[in-house]
Amino acid sequence: MKFSEAWLRQWVNPAIDTATLSEQLSMAGLEVDGIEPVAGVFTGVVVGEVVACGPHPDADKLQVTQVNVGQPELLDIVCGAKNCCLGLKVAVAKVGAVLPGDFVIKKAKLRGQSSNGMLCSFSELGMADDSDGIMELPADAPVGIDIRQYLELDDHTIEVDLTPNRADCLGIKGLAREVGVLNKLSVCQPEMTAVEPTVSDQKAIKLSAAEACPRYLGRVIKDVDLSQSSPLWLTEKLRRSGVRSIDPVVDVTNYVLLELGHPMHAFDLDELTGDIDVRFARDGEKLVLLDETEVELKANTLLIADSEKALAMAGIFGGMQSGVTGKTKHIFLESAFFSPLAIAGKARQYGLHTDASHRYERGVDPELQRTAIERATALLLQIVGGKAGPVVEAVAPEHLPKQAEIRLSEAKLLRLLGHPIAKAEVTDILTRLGLTVTDTVDGWAVTVPGYRFDIQISEDLIEEIARVYGYNNIPNVAPQAALSMRKFSEAALSVQRMRELLVDRGYQEAITYSFVDPKVQQILFPGQQAMILPNPISADMSAMRLNLWPGLIQAAQHNQNRQQTRLRFFEYGLKFIPDASAEGGVRQVEVIGGLVVGSLSNEHWAIAERAADFYDVKGDVEALLSVTSVPAEFAYSQAEHSALHPGQTTQVIRAGKVVGYLGALHPEAERKLGIKGKAYLFELELAALGQRAIVEAEDLSKYPANRRDLAVVVKSDVRFADIAASIKKVGVNQLVDLKLFDVYTGQGVADGYKSLAIALTLQDKTRTLEDKDIQVVVNQVVNVLKDEFDATLRD
Amino acid sequence: MNLTAILDNALQAVAAAPDIAALDEVRVTFMGKKGSITELLKSLGAMDPEQRKIAGQQINELKQQVQDALNQKRDQLQQTQLAAKLAQEQIDVTLPGRKLDDGGLHPVTRTIARIESFFTELGFAVKHGPEIEDDFHNFDALNIPEHHPARADHDTFYFNPKLMLRTQTSGVQIRTMEQQQPPLRIISPGRVYRNDYDQTHTPMFHQVEGLMVDKNVSFTELKGILHDFLQNFFEEDLQVRFRPSFFPFTEPSAEVDVMGKNGKWLEVLGCGMVHPNVLRSVGIDPEVYSGFAFGMGVERLTMLRYGVTDLRSFFENDLRFLKQFR
Repeated sequence: MKFSEAWLRQWVNPAIDTATLSEQLSMAGLEVDGIEPVAGVFTGVVVGEVVACGPHPDADKLQVTQVNVGQPELLDIVCGAKNCCLGLKVAVAKVGAVLPGDFVIKKAKLRGQSSNGMLCSFSELGMADDSDGIMELPADAPVGIDIRQYLELDDHTIEVDLTPNRADCLGIKGLAREVGVLNKLSVCQPEMTAVEPTVSDQKAIKLSAAEACPRYLGRVIKDVDLSQSSPLWLTEKLRRSGVRSIDPVVDVTNYVLLELGHPMHAFDLDELTGDIDVRFARDGEKLVLLDETEVELKANTLLIADSEKALAMAGIFGGMQSGVTGKTKHIFLESAFFSPLAIAGKARQYGLHTDASHRYERGVDPELQRTAIERATALLLQIVGGKAGPVVEAVAPEHLPKQAEIRLSEAKLLRLLGHPIAKAEVTDILTRLGLTVTDTVDGWAVTVPGYRFDIQISEDLIEEIARVYGYNNIPNVAPQAALSMRKFSEAALSVQRMRELLVDRGYQEAITYSFVDPKVQQILFPGQQAMILPNPISADMSAMRLNLWPGLIQAAQHNQNRQQTRLRFFEYGLKFIPDASAEGGVRQVEVIGGLVVGSLSNEHWAIAERAADFYDVKGDVEALLSVTSVPAEFAYSQAEHSALHPGQTTQVIRAGKVVGYLGALHPEAERKLGIKGKAYLFELELAALGQRAIVEAEDLSKYPANRRDLAVVVKSDVRFADIAASIKKVGVNQLVDLKLFDVYTGQGVADGYKSLAIALTLQDKTRTLEDKDIQVVVNQVVNVLKDEFDATLRD
Repeated sequence: MNLTAILDNALQAVAAAPDIAALDEVRVTFMGKKGSITELLKSLGAMDPEQRKIAGQQINELKQQVQDALNQKRDQLQQTQLAAKLAQEQIDVTLPGRKLDDGGLHPVTRTIARIESFFTELGFAVKHGPEIEDDFHNFDALNIPEHHPARADHDTFYFNPKLMLRTQTSGVQIRTMEQQQPPLRIISPGRVYRNDYDQTHTPMFHQVEGLMVDKNVSFTELKGILHDFLQNFFEEDLQVRFRPSFFPFTEPSAEVDVMGKNGKWLEVLGCGMVHPNVLRSVGIDPEVYSGFAFGMGVERLTMLRYGVTDLRSFFENDLRFLKQFR
């Protein structure tokens, strides 16, 4: 909320400057977001009266005036504003005046006529962004007085960012109350007296939804003159509070809104038929709002209606048909209390948010309606005349909020704050806040006034006490707790360990958005359903990722477009797989994945440059799996994945379950996504990696190890993993190591075949293996490979 | 030939040997099987004992002298040879070594890791939870009923009215308290989402929230722990202030500001004493237990710590940006 500092100071005026006041508000929980001067920096501008005014002899659009500025001689001033006329009180920048932007007023000749000053508009004095014509001051403005003094321009617009609980400060009245508490000053509310009715016209009011609207006050004002415009003092207060002047009726209701924090509404009496009924809408009922949009109402929406039709959305927005216009003769003023629950969220469902709905959904003072309607009536009569009817009040007291009665014990206050505050001081703080306080044996009994509806429980009182006492007057103390040892599972493998491993292997961690471009996702996962955000930031951030690759690919694109060619990224996070059987219909799976594209290493004098390939990335995956301490439990098998090259894809399997994929990006996807170079991708599910085996150490063999090398020729499509598995079955305990040290195709090996050079290391724990023992194993291996894979020994 | 002449010849030959091979030849010439000194020794057998004793002594002395000369020369030649070899083997030690260039952690991860380390030292456990959250854990249990204005402030990404991307990691606190009775000390780092995208907002960012529930947990302790945390995080004796604020899930509530280098207060944290409704919603008696909770934006802390000026750079994953964080 924005407000004028000077306006506030009319209510309560502590002897502190603007900065201190603002600091004080912030530190009381009413955070000041900005302080702006209400006018530009200028000097030498005074109130003047146009005493002569005629057309410029040589210019159609200029007028030649004589202006009285309270000096012996009149000033000749040429003016271009259309609204300049005889008798007008104006703001005159005299010769020597300095206007905003260091614009110095000098004697001048305009088309031959001398001009000794300038008649100013609001915008020229930094009081508006643009303005139509010169400023028109009230007729009683004293000639010669400095305009800054006359308009109290040494004022500031202060903007406070109020938290939802402090709706009581959405008006000068509430802010003044708060400033009074903080400075131990009493607040002088301007006199607001009831307006005696002079006509008997009135409307009956029916509360059909008394729970939602337990109090409604209405008043007829006859014979208003809406050709009048709002006085400058009023429009200035509005302007300095960030509200535009519309017409006198709207301006007055806005004034009361700003002053008391109470929203009001005015209807054109002639548009109302029969009684006023405050009721809920019928489903599908239609209403054209003041902004001319037609809405189809929902049954949860509270309405102001007459006997025939909906008039306005209660507490949210007026209707067009019943709205006050320039032709309105008689008005019907509304001042109501709508329950916050009846209003909360309702404006939003129509895409609306108004000053009224903002206040009603947070809460207004349920006792303030009569004051507001009397205040508005008095102001209206003053500006647009008319005759007021009696105030008609419909009230359902049983549905009005009850004044909260709260007990707070000294023990609880101390327990939650951890810092003692003297009982008398607490009583004083609560009393200053306007609460009715009674000391009890162990603390306080408090009755909360209607305007502090946010105070409901003892914890609320504690906050009030701490807030006024000053959070920063409460000491900082190290927490006390039992030194109980937490459980640490040695088997638990931290994500941090995996991250560090990848970092050490040259990967840069990326963090990409969890929502990705559905088009990219469809390229990688054609036909696969993803969770879609109905209201995304943009269409290309609307699909929850099905794995980490769309984001990593986007990161690769971003970098490739910026001359970064060697990319090694990894990311850790959740992927979101729609699954009706999971909580919320989605499985949220923790994964770690990566993308590699470009050279294996940076250009280097001693390393031949080559692009990273499948086996480089597989090595990284194997390293990642080896920190689990159970790498042998992971198996790799040829697989298919829609995003990956069909011949260069492996799935990673643990205990029969697929826990990850690794492969080259599918060339089609590579083309569609515009990735330069061959990209390799992997992703592993954390659940499969998260547990290490706890080591069970074995005794070392005292006997020597023996190595035997075999070169076997098999068909190209035979998988090494299968060969290794068979050899391990034969070797059982004696085979302590198996290495593949060469894979050869070419001369000497028939087309469609490959030669695998395998080193077997054999060792026994109980004896030295003799040559013949070793030969037995080797022969067995050869036979098995022959039987199972049609393998032959290479000469 | 007299001994002196042999000695002179031998010493000259030793001195003249240019390398080890030549020196070896010299050795063979004088001391080999047929070497002149060996021959002399052989001639001793023909002498009478008296003569043999004297001559033997002289020849042995001669032999010793030659041997010493040979040894000395050999050492010298070896030294020279070694020096030459070493000189030849000299390399440019300033050439860069073969290595796989290190990657790096994302600065957000780094900040979270630092925050975790401060709090885990105080016995806080790190907890994670789902990012697609239901309205109970994201709002209701946090004392934000439907239509509460605070819900509107959250700019929530909804899938449907019951399911959303979490707007805060507080749901993790609720899930933890549902499963565990006090004493409780947890922090929950992670991604959170708000439908807002401009210079100072990204639709996804990271939070770390903390929670401590025990008997007699107080506001002074909340102030104490956060004060210490901020001083530790920035490694500076920063000015810190607590400003009253409002969160539906805490009462009293505060925002915490630190004094920036520009002399302006910067908001870095929100915190407060856990609202009794929140404790009740997870079956903890607020008359027996109390707790504090706090939440901080990781990107904001990271920006302040490392001087990052554009929030959006955290999620562009530009290598040139990320590589700075080594």
